[in-house]
Amino acid sequence: MRRYLFWALLILALVALPPVTMALGQGFYIDLVRRMMIFAIAAISLNLILGYGGMVSFGHAAYLGTGGYAVAIFAFYGVNNGLLQWGVAIGASALVALAIGAVSIRTSGVYFIMITLAFTQMLYYLGISIEEYGGDDGIRLKARSQFPLLDLGDGLQFYYVVLALMLASVYLVHRIVNSRFGMVLRATKSNEARSRAIGFSPYLYRLSAFVIAGAMGGLAGALLANHTNYLTPDYMHWTRSGEIMFMTILGGMGTSAGPVLGAFALLLLEDLLSGWTEHWQLYLGPLLVLSVLFFRRGLAGLFASRHD
Amino acid sequence: MTEPLLEVSDLRKSFGALRASDGISFDVRPGETHAVIGPNGAGKTTFISQLAGNLRPDSGRIRFAGEDITALPAPKRARKGLARSFQITSVYPEFSALQNVALAVQAHAGHSFRFWRDARRDPALTLPAQKVLREVGLGERIHVLAANLAHGEQRQLEVAMALATGPRLLLLDEPMAGMGVEESQRMIALLSSLKRKQTLILVEHDMDAVFRLADRISVLVYGRVIATGAPDEVRANPEVRAAYLGEDA
Repeated sequence: MRRYLFWALLILALVALPPVTMALGQGFYIDLVRRMMIFAIAAISLNLILGYGGMVSFGHAAYLGTGGYAVAIFAFYGVNNGLLQWGVAIGASALVALAIGAVSIRTSGVYFIMITLAFTQMLYYLGISIEEYGGDDGIRLKARSQFPLLDLGDGLQFYYVVLALMLASVYLVHRIVNSRFGMVLRATKSNEARSRAIGFSPYLYRLSAFVIAGAMGGLAGALLANHTNYLTPDYMHWTRSGEIMFMTILGGMGTSAGPVLGAFALLLLEDLLSGWTEHWQLYLGPLLVLSVLFFRRGLAGLFASRHD
Repeated sequence: MTEPLLEVSDLRKSFGALRASDGISFDVRPGETHAVIGPNGAGKTTFISQLAGNLRPDSGRIRFAGEDITALPAPKRARKGLARSFQITSVYPEFSALQNVALAVQAHAGHSFRFWRDARRDPALTLPAQKVLREVGLGERIHVLAANLAHGEQRQLEVAMALATGPRLLLLDEPMAGMGVEESQRMIALLSSLKRKQTLILVEHDMDAVFRLADRISVLVYGRVIATGAPDEVRANPEVRAAYLGEDA
């Protein structure tokens, strides 16, 4: 019951946030929370492979970048059709994930981490080297993605689109991890030798999960490019991958609420600390270490009942 | 005479200078319980790993149900009906007993690229799983997390997982390992109830269990089978007495 209550309250709060903050003259919070929800989608997708699949992918920024570039490049050539932009963002990210996953999933442990990291850095340097699309400086989006009946240029509409997509992502991953497919994924994380002994060949299941996560990451990238109206190779920098991973761990791996809580908490903390002091990273580090030490099951562990 | 279900010929596997399998030939007839015994370091684990597909032999052949499976990886052997339990308990600790067994059912119910329906509420998986759990005596414990089961119960759960795959051959690697007297008796009773219905390979240290359950016994010493036969023959074999049973026999 507690989990239903949690989601009901969270949805209520997020739906009510824009009118309330605007009434209080604090409209900039809409922007901050929209950014949080976009990163939550990235963390939700990483959680599928990290939290449920046990694949420590240190390259999730690759999909954020691929999705972002798909939108930005179309926009650069004056193609603003959102369905096309986002469709390509998701498809291209899925393909990138297929390529990275096909190689990296053959390895495990530290090798897996290093290979996913290496691929992502390759994409990062590719982004820097393409002068056509701004190289190091990135490109500015002249217009946000255009959809029939929607105007993402309107911050409020965009906010609710992001909210809906975040909730859809939560639900999608929830369905996946409890399906037969998800059970194979989770079981293999729990005990790979046992899975093989009862007859599962894990490779294709893991690869499929990797591709699904990549596609969702691409969606987050498309949203982020629209959010900032700006795209730089920094989207794919390894520190970005680390941030997304940290959100997932901080919030609670292998839980529905974890990545959402983690993304919200980390970005909120960043925002508060950076408003307070220039050296905010100095304070953020120890706080994160302490949180990991004290919340073993992540922030979600504070909310969930024991049988969740 | 019926064709053996499993036939191993001249299996060899070395680790450096150590010949862990030194020309093992071995067969299992349909319906029989064939025990493999041998002192520590005799190469039992290496042998089992090659049967299950976790280790590739250097040479030799393994035929199962009339098919050469020497090159098949473990999951494919499992899908062909060769199920195993592990010497060191190997279950999914964070899943319930029911989910553990349901996964074993699922592994043999076609592909698992089904992304939407809740597997935990799928009667096609949970009903057969419940049935097997009752058979092994865990009917009252199906919703307990595997991590919270007693050691003996976890071993029963392993057998249940192997049985749930509907195997043609069940490979039990020291099912009594680490068990108390009472738990061992329960496991022996369980294995007795499987006898005849199920073809079994039983690797076991517990001589009491082996002599009560086995139709035939093969004795493995230094990577070779030094004797194969009915329990009484093996017990009487002087070479076996010298090499293995020693004073205990």
